[in-house]
Amino acid sequence: MKSAAAITLAPGFELPLRVKLAMLFRLLALQGSWNYETLLGTGIGFVMEPALRYLPGGIDGPAYRAALARESRYFNAHPYLAGIAVGALTRAELDGVDPTKIERFRTALAGPLGSVGDRLVWASWLPFCSLVALGVYGMGGSPLAVVGTFLLLYNAGHLLLRAWGLKTGLSRGLNVASALGNPVLRQGPQYIGSAAALLAGIALPLALQRIAGPGSAMAGGILAAALIGILLVARFRERAEGWRIALAVLAVFVLYSVLT
Amino acid sequence: MILLEILPLAMLGALLGLDVVSFPQAMVSRPIVAATLAGAFIGNAPAGLLIGVVMEMIALDTLPFGASRYPEWGTAGVVGGALLAAEPAGMPGALPASLLAALLTARISGWSMVVLRRIIASRLERTRDRIEAGSRDALLSLHLSGMTMDLLRGALVTTIAMLIFSPLVAAMVAVWGVESAYSHAVIVVLAAIVAGGALWKVFHSVSHILWFFLAGLVLWGVFLAMT
Repeated sequence: MKSAAAITLAPGFELPLRVKLAMLFRLLALQGSWNYETLLGTGIGFVMEPALRYLPGGIDGPAYRAALARESRYFNAHPYLAGIAVGALTRAELDGVDPTKIERFRTALAGPLGSVGDRLVWASWLPFCSLVALGVYGMGGSPLAVVGTFLLLYNAGHLLLRAWGLKTGLSRGLNVASALGNPVLRQGPQYIGSAAALLAGIALPLALQRIAGPGSAMAGGILAAALIGILLVARFRERAEGWRIALAVLAVFVLYSVLT
Repeated sequence: MILLEILPLAMLGALLGLDVVSFPQAMVSRPIVAATLAGAFIGNAPAGLLIGVVMEMIALDTLPFGASRYPEWGTAGVVGGALLAAEPAGMPGALPASLLAALLTARISGWSMVVLRRIIASRLERTRDRIEAGSRDALLSLHLSGMTMDLLRGALVTTIAMLIFSPLVAAMVAVWGVESAYSHAVIVVLAAIVAGGALWKVFHSVSHILWFFLAGLVLWGVFLAMT
């Protein structure tokens, strides 16, 4: 069954470039109304809104209102990969696909976009870029060099991923699932993880060395304490939250230092 | 610091707090960036970078997965960078005291994000009928007000944290009783433990991970020998 949109929009209707750019810009603000009820849902509606204006009747038409309401319901995905869903759902709405099919597609797509994105971005690309920046710092880099390297490297991946996702979604519509088989998404975390581990071996000691200062007399003690601590945190990784331990130890140390 | 001096930092905290989730998630809110920018605002970017690097290592332990609750490092980076940059160089307690203030700010700011998300949810509840009817105005209003509130949240957290911690850190630094070398050693050990543990948590499932790490250590050794 086709909805009213298919009756008036030409098959394969192409959105003007300015609308695509508006969607890409809005994608950066996707999580502006993130909440515990609909998660990304209202953000998806917000990003798709400029494209939905092309539905029959414009912003006052029933097709626009029905689509905007439908697309603003509960949805979850990684924010950088949500462009795939936004593009695909936009294509489906403009092509007049049956609303129940669109609802099923939304539900099916949310899980994979979340887990793939988390693995690729939060658990691979972000720590990798942090390590690169730490390495630049360890090698004596200036504030501008460290910050510039991090932001340029990280956002090259970030913006490419967002733009690719939207483009892929818009061109493939409901057949977008195959895009999740892209080698970058599937193999990327493995390769980036290997590179990050290699980098960690160089960057962390260099950065720690620079923080400790030249010729620290306690280098041996620092190394031993750090190794024992890392082994303990790694051993109890499910139960130990490193940053909370750091906060507690630091609070005790500051208190001791102030009172002595 | 008086309120007028804090104002530019509050604006920076607002923008970087916004970047964490709402817009544009370009990671200018990562502590290595946020603290360096705050340090530069005070006129001491290298001090901002120093505490930013330490915080970045600690922040590796709290990556922003899905709907999990995590510390907010954007405003915390601004607070940490500004506090350390404002202290005279060579004060042994400046780094540990500023870092403690920054970590506490990160925790409080993380909680403020949870509150904000609940406020947005309650606003959504009030406009649900209009959004379900496809009202463009209701959706845009909800979305843009969410971003505005996030901006204000960052400014508020930064202002309050600076008002509380600025005199407190100065007082702690003035009576600090531990030598500089020991103070820095504690920070280095803590940063190493948290970063090492965090990276192991994230990458332990990668094939041959230890070999890659050991190869990195060998390269570090070669680099040390050459310099």
